[in-house]
Amino acid sequence: MVPLKRLFTSTLGRKYLMGATGFALVLFIVLHLLGNLTLYSHNGDAINAYAAKLDMLGVGKIILEIGLVITILIHIVTAIQVTFTSKNARPIPYESLKSKGGPTKSTLGSRNMIITGLVLMVFLIVHIVQFRFGPEIEDGYTATVNGVMVHDLYRVVAETFMQLKWVVFYVGCMCFLGVHFRHGFWSMFQSLGMINPRWSKPIYALGFILAVLLSVGFLFIPIYIYATQGGAA
Amino acid sequence: MKKMRVRLKIWRQESPQVKGHFEEYSLNDILTDMSFLEMLDVLNETLTKEGKRPVEFESDCREGICGTCSLMVSGQAHGPVLGATTCQLYMRTFDDNELISIEPWRAKAFPVIRDLVTDRRALDRIIAAGGYVSVKAGPHADANAMLVPKDLSDRAMDAAACIGCGACVAACPNASASLFTSAKITQLALLPQGQPERKRRAINMVAQMDKELFGSCSNLGECEAACPKRISIQNIAIMKQEYMKAALAADFRAGMGSADGGA
Repeated sequence: MVPLKRLFTSTLGRKYLMGATGFALVLFIVLHLLGNLTLYSHNGDAINAYAAKLDMLGVGKIILEIGLVITILIHIVTAIQVTFTSKNARPIPYESLKSKGGPTKSTLGSRNMIITGLVLMVFLIVHIVQFRFGPEIEDGYTATVNGVMVHDLYRVVAETFMQLKWVVFYVGCMCFLGVHFRHGFWSMFQSLGMINPRWSKPIYALGFILAVLLSVGFLFIPIYIYATQGGAA
Repeated sequence: MKKMRVRLKIWRQESPQVKGHFEEYSLNDILTDMSFLEMLDVLNETLTKEGKRPVEFESDCREGICGTCSLMVSGQAHGPVLGATTCQLYMRTFDDNELISIEPWRAKAFPVIRDLVTDRRALDRIIAAGGYVSVKAGPHADANAMLVPKDLSDRAMDAAACIGCGACVAACPNASASLFTSAKITQLALLPQGQPERKRRAINMVAQMDKELFGSCSNLGECEAACPKRISIQNIAIMKQEYMKAALAADFRAGMGSADGGA
């Protein structure tokens, strides 16, 4: 058996890591969007009840969160290593390098996954600070769901998206998510070797459809909240 | 016959150690039916008559089967035509008086020897690491003793079409040799003759590819677009499978060099 270290530090091994962590992250953001759809209801009860259910997982939730952070860190660190390997592989750049078209999947987005990825990393930090470590019950953010006092997460979200600057920031970042996902989804299958000529085109097309659904699903949340409640602020 | 004018911007570099630069040339009376390399021959004849050093570039068969010619023509490996080598590129593809830039393949693994000539032996070393089938020489085998299904032999032949020109590396924004390496791994993994050394081949060829400091595959597919033999990146997916299976196989010992048995 090849030592695991050699397996995961080879150029192919690093792409396995990118693909596997990417797969976990795809699952996560799909679940995240499904959960967030509760924000489209007319008041905060739905999201607060959903968040309260997640809180009931207790230690389980903390373990899932730590797992998610580790997954994201592996994805980021490996991506940076891959980028440096590739930069070193061509120390003298071409004066001009043009796509040859045809079967290529080279686009502005697919060539700049590291850029969209780093933007999403900054977004994630801001996003987690704002909503995961935002105002808590102790800060007076309470709501009542089915007669039980819970954390009013909806108020945290709504107060943020009543401000135009945050609406713009979130909408912008979700466009980057769409671009990153568009290449990432297909790339994940290719990197893990889970593709064949018959499925290649459908998977590439599915990547586009999911990218649009996810980014639009997310980015309309701030727009919706701003449109329905922004005037009141 | 139709004639055209050509403006050229060519990378000139005296030796691997010296810094290179672009030089501009212009030619009149180039026949539109000349191949790109014949146009460069005309340039070199002109330079020689003027007592200047001709532009060094590589070519051999000039019919698209040997993999010797290279050249980044206006930013595209083997020029703008899909599925063709530079020697199969014709001047009629270009506009009259168009400025054409010519650069060598650029990769750390392909150092420039002089002008447009690069050292592509890194690809040979990848093949030497496992891109072969060891055969015990003996009497000629019976022709139909080893049956290969037609679909598999077709796919193996598609992968075997690689002429090793290095356009995949040249066109890849990451200078990755994944398409080249995967074509050979796939070809031999599909055929019965390739089975005994299958795992060792995948591990050792990938290890050599990394050792030569080629970049990492980002699944952009520029290599497939640049490949004069139109080799599909599907082969790269198969290489990913082969490497993973070999790396996880319990009976594989790393670094085995002997030709028979083992894997």
